[in-house]
Amino acid sequence: MTTLNTGRKGEKMLLMGNEAIARGALEAGVNVVTGYPGTPSSEIIDRLSKADRERNLYVEWSVNEKVATEVAAAGSFAGLRSMAVMKMMGVNVASDFLMHLVMTGTRGGLVLVSAEDPGAISSLTEGESRYYSKFLEFPLLEPGGFQEAKDMTKWAFELSEKINNIVMLRTVTRISHGSGNVVLGELPETSPRAHFEFNGTILDEQTGPILTVPGPFAVNLHARQQNKLQAAANLFEDCPFNTYEGPENPELLIITSSVCHLYCIEAVELVDAPDRVGILKLGTTWPLPAKFLKKHMQRTERILIIEEVLPFLEENIQVLACQLGAEFAAKKFHGKGDGTMDKVGELNPTLVAGALSRVLDLAMETVSVDYSENINKQAVDNAPDRMLTFCPGCPHRASFWSIKRVLELNNQQGFVCGDIGCYGMGMLPCGFETVKTVHSMGSGTGLASGFGKLGQFGMDQKVLSVCGDSTFFHTVMPALANAIHHRADITLVVLDNSGTAMTGFQPHPGLTIKASGTELPALDIPSICRAMGAKVQVVNPFDVENAEKVLLKTIEDPDGVKVVVMRQICALSPEKKSKKQFEIQVDENVCIGEECGCNRLCTRVFKCPGLVWDGEKKTSKIDAVLCVGCGVCHSICPSGAIQRKEIA
Amino acid sequence: MKQTTLSMDPYNLIITGVGGQGNVLASRLIGNMLSEQGYYITIGESFGAAQRGGAVESHIRVSAQRTYSPQIPKGKAHMVVALEPTEAIRILRDYGNPGVKVLSNMRPVYSMGVICGEQSYPSTEKIKECITASSKASWFVNSTDEALKLGNPIFGNIILIGALAGTNALPLDHKSFEKALLQRMKPDKIDVNLKAFDIGKEMTSA
Repeated sequence: MTTLNTGRKGEKMLLMGNEAIARGALEAGVNVVTGYPGTPSSEIIDRLSKADRERNLYVEWSVNEKVATEVAAAGSFAGLRSMAVMKMMGVNVASDFLMHLVMTGTRGGLVLVSAEDPGAISSLTEGESRYYSKFLEFPLLEPGGFQEAKDMTKWAFELSEKINNIVMLRTVTRISHGSGNVVLGELPETSPRAHFEFNGTILDEQTGPILTVPGPFAVNLHARQQNKLQAAANLFEDCPFNTYEGPENPELLIITSSVCHLYCIEAVELVDAPDRVGILKLGTTWPLPAKFLKKHMQRTERILIIEEVLPFLEENIQVLACQLGAEFAAKKFHGKGDGTMDKVGELNPTLVAGALSRVLDLAMETVSVDYSENINKQAVDNAPDRMLTFCPGCPHRASFWSIKRVLELNNQQGFVCGDIGCYGMGMLPCGFETVKTVHSMGSGTGLASGFGKLGQFGMDQKVLSVCGDSTFFHTVMPALANAIHHRADITLVVLDNSGTAMTGFQPHPGLTIKASGTELPALDIPSICRAMGAKVQVVNPFDVENAEKVLLKTIEDPDGVKVVVMRQICALSPEKKSKKQFEIQVDENVCIGEECGCNRLCTRVFKCPGLVWDGEKKTSKIDAVLCVGCGVCHSICPSGAIQRKEIA
Repeated sequence: MKQTTLSMDPYNLIITGVGGQGNVLASRLIGNMLSEQGYYITIGESFGAAQRGGAVESHIRVSAQRTYSPQIPKGKAHMVVALEPTEAIRILRDYGNPGVKVLSNMRPVYSMGVICGEQSYPSTEKIKECITASSKASWFVNSTDEALKLGNPIFGNIILIGALAGTNALPLDHKSFEKALLQRMKPDKIDVNLKAFDIGKEMTSA
């Protein structure tokens, strides 16, 4: 059996983009790997954590992305190849440290992997991090396929060591979560010794202390940093990841990068224009290789730039064209600037082919109108929409049920500030639309801290925030400290489901396991909150009656910050899966459906997918395939029709 | 490596279903079976939030020529394998064409709207009629029911891989399936999965 950490040179594997990146790091001899989970990045660390013993790695799921980058940088400062992995929002969190790091530079190769999500498939924004490379002045690499994801990762470490600075590798969902054939390279034997050398002069990058210092020295460091960037630009001039395919003098030159390269190749096929269109693919997207671009832009008078979301490449290439002189500035540029492409959303081959057909006035083969109109109507009529929902037996459904109920009982227009995780769906009907604000990690409690001080302006609403156990450590703790110190009148509900559930149960400091599964000391959330000065209660959300009693008493306590930890393990967690606590049944003789007066509380309001409204019998019933036997619906049925029997 | 000729190059296969039904494993197994025979395989997948009751689709591109993009162009699917029958209809809206073939499990997974009685779910006959009218060939199977007989509904995806093999749309057989399983699963899981594959293959073999 061939695995990522045993596959030999020359072997071919079908790898997910994230696995290819992980393999590339192994082939580079990486020693320190850190990150914080976030779709679509998480599999990189998940896979490397399984290689840590065999490949002499230190792998950790860090508390947040800033700390992850700092831990990886320490590895680099001590001479080891190191990598920090995160989704694009994580780069925002890390950016404060990054701005300083790029000034001091690095020693062992240091690579930052940012996995981004054009189209916001699994994210709350499309926000992208390419602009950081320009703003913070470090090199940006973007693989255009699966083989390249591996090869480029390895190369990124070499580049980092050539210029002594951090290099960012940017991937996107369709690469990270796509899969393709990859031919493996050699796995090196590494036995490095970590040592932080600081006895040289402050100007000696390899042996001196690694400091940012104010004043003229900072300006000197900045100049040194810019020289490194120029060195990278020079290396990019003949880099194998920048390629051209097409006629000698195409009517239209596409300039593209990342997964869009594959869309462009296919789009040219779809409009059948291989003789008219050439494709210039850039793997190095900052700084731009000026001479290389000049050489290829000379081929044509019309240029179409294909990239997702913001016009990063487009604007930088247009600036470069102006710098190259009037002949280049006068070329016709198509892209986001002239409205050929949208500045939002992800692309696909069809969208790129559409752009080509407009720019070149070419026909595009499409499915007949009859066929599309018919199937469209059938889909509208017969494929009911699937709104996201909590899984059957999800503790969050039970928690939001209780929160919603006590806010109604309290009757003061109370509301919940949400945070990032599955429980963000508390904004949807599955969470009874309890959550009224959602922003970045930790922001729910920060906002609550603010709302909780508005009493002096007449605000008399009860303010709650929710966060998950992993988010608590990520960025909620500073917001909680702020709220406690300023005596904000709020209740923080920690929805503790024992893991980073949304991204696949990665561990965090509240658990006794680290990335590779070995034991570590756990930090106890209730004890931390108590030590910080909050009043703390711990309840089981499946014990609905007690949970509601405690929550109501807590939110009605006007004195400062209260914390309720609602603790119940995720229904999907490996420990819990397939283990039912109760056998659930609806007694059809007791359930009187619409006649009950409960307004079909279980199926219309509580809405667990394991509970189904039987339109023929006019009663509720249990879907035995989906039900996980949590027993919560038994607690909410006012007529006692939903019965539960404990499974021994 | 010896390759059988594909009926189309690239051959565009979509596996669709609802989060949790085993889409991702099914697409990886099929990808491994074909990659092993020397084909260029690209699989495009989006997962994450979709796990939580949303529709999930995997695009599999099979080619003897080169790597294709992880997204199939609109209207260009050759085969749709649906773990959930109304998802087949949804996929056809974007990727269907008069030449497409459809293999669908008939066991519904109700959306929230259906569960709470706000939306209606089409009858089996209606679903079959819809799919038949919008495809060149179709196979309707009860893979979840068969999987339950094996003791766990999760085998439904494996039964469908077998059923796909039975249609002869792609060069997939028992032996290559066994090889792909050995790469991913513990030895004690192999036999039951092979059995599920054979049950599926039987369902569609002419």
